[in-house]
Amino acid sequence: MPILQTIGLEKRFGGILAAQNVNLAVEPGARHALIGPNGAGKTTVINLLTGVLRPTSGRIELEGRDITGLLPHQRVRLGMARTFQINQLFLDLTPLESIGLVISERLSTGADWWRLVGSKSAVTDEIVEIVERFRLGDVMHERTAILPYGKQRLLEIALAFACRPRVLLLDEPAAGVPEAERHELLATIEALPKDVTVLLIEHDMDLVFSFAQRISVLVNGALFVDGAPDEVARDPRVKAVYLGEELDA
Amino acid sequence: MGAPGNKVALYLKRRARWSPLEIAFWFFAFATIWLFPGKYLILKDTAILALFALSLDLILGYAGIISLGQAAFFGLAGYFAGLVAKHGIITEPVIALVCAGFLAALLGFITSFLVLRGSDLTRLMVTLGVSLMLGELANRYSDITGGADGLQGVEIEPIFGRFRFDLFGHNGYVYCLIVLFVCFVIVRRIVYSPFGLSLRSIKGNTLRAAAIGVPVKWRLVSIYTVSAGVAGIAGALLTQTTAFCSLDVFSLERSADLLLVLIIGGTGYLYGGLIGAVIYKFLQDWIANLTPQYWQFWIGLVLVVIVLIGRERMSGWIGSVRALLARLATRFFPRSLALRSASPEGH
Repeated sequence: MPILQTIGLEKRFGGILAAQNVNLAVEPGARHALIGPNGAGKTTVINLLTGVLRPTSGRIELEGRDITGLLPHQRVRLGMARTFQINQLFLDLTPLESIGLVISERLSTGADWWRLVGSKSAVTDEIVEIVERFRLGDVMHERTAILPYGKQRLLEIALAFACRPRVLLLDEPAAGVPEAERHELLATIEALPKDVTVLLIEHDMDLVFSFAQRISVLVNGALFVDGAPDEVARDPRVKAVYLGEELDA
Repeated sequence: MGAPGNKVALYLKRRARWSPLEIAFWFFAFATIWLFPGKYLILKDTAILALFALSLDLILGYAGIISLGQAAFFGLAGYFAGLVAKHGIITEPVIALVCAGFLAALLGFITSFLVLRGSDLTRLMVTLGVSLMLGELANRYSDITGGADGLQGVEIEPIFGRFRFDLFGHNGYVYCLIVLFVCFVIVRRIVYSPFGLSLRSIKGNTLRAAAIGVPVKWRLVSIYTVSAGVAGIAGALLTQTTAFCSLDVFSLERSADLLLVLIIGGTGYLYGGLIGAVIYKFLQDWIANLTPQYWQFWIGLVLVVIVLIGRERMSGWIGSVRALLARLATRFFPRSLALRSASPEGH
């Protein structure tokens, strides 16, 4: 059974169909990529999945449970976290504080008002683990606002990861990262634990084809092709519609 | 995982440690009791203004809620403290003070649901509206509040039945200072807790805060309630130390003064309200002595200059002065500085 599934998902903005009859199935532990040319509706789909937008019709199921009507933070509690295409970070906090905050909220100790930050070893031990996993050790005491862009991008993923999701949605994680910092980011994404299902929304074909085991192509709001990377790469329609466009561009 | 975990824990806890500068600040604050015996009146007003400004800093500096209505809580608690003393309902000042704080907090809790909707401008208007309404209610029910004449005939019993509010204002000032300090310690504890951290995350990025599971609305309701309680305690202090309460406790000017104090002192580090209150009060006092009629002109000028120059640039100047001092120190005492930078704590 897929861990994340959409059934006949549709979103209409006035006269425009941003998503039509999207039937997406993500298997547990998958490395799944959702690709498509600009304006294909990728962002609409991720906003529908995370609850930022309500679908016009259709259903979303997480581990067999209907989550179509749930609010964003309720979906986080059920095990689905996301990153943002444009960094959404706490610029005045340090990575250490930001990650601690997420863990604290997850353990339901975020409302403690008479306890000092840092006095729960369950939280601090986990901070260390996440800081190491996301290679933030050398900058963990700096204000987020002054971190290099690549580190901010890593922190963006670390905050979502600290929610301990079963499904992690990565919205163009490599967007805008300079070449020199790219390798670190890709290696970190590569090393995400196998039990976390990853759905990757990405423009960057190198990243998609090196990372994904399964690729869904979205064109004009509809699922166009769905299959293993080599099938998708060979598919003449994809070449025409997607890769062709890429080459022209 | 223990050792690095402990290091992180130590680092995080160190944020909340009292710095030498803070200790010096409070040491000096209490020393004023002996240093300036002739200035109790203005010192006392300063302490009350500082506490009041602290309440605004709590929501503005930590949660990003802007308000022009802190006077609502200040005034409600002020009248409450006056009325319970006048009618002999609660005669012990400290108990009355605590009750007044809780009453103001209750009003804060109820009105928070109005305030949390909408943008900054909406918030300014709603908070202003609430305090205007309360002010007009106090005016309307003049048989209880004394209306435009103010609440007359308030007699405040000695604190704990022992310390009388004397004519020179000595005990009154000590009382205000201690209350300010106790409230400050509590507020400080709150902002360094996980709850305080989550407030800063909401202020920094509400979208992301919600995306990592912070219940944004309830956190804001909580802090608004606490802030109202602190503002209420400040209001009750004013009534108790003057044995009088008038309609101007609800005035817009009182709320606006607070914003000025925080513009002078800065927000989001707790001392902004305190330092701002000291500067504001003494500037006002000094200029009023020079030009009794036109003092507001100079206050206005100072504000314009502060806002135009910007706090960042000013702290930049302080930073460069510090760097200059450090450079001079290296020239004159090269060795001591080298030693200091070699030690693990040194910078």
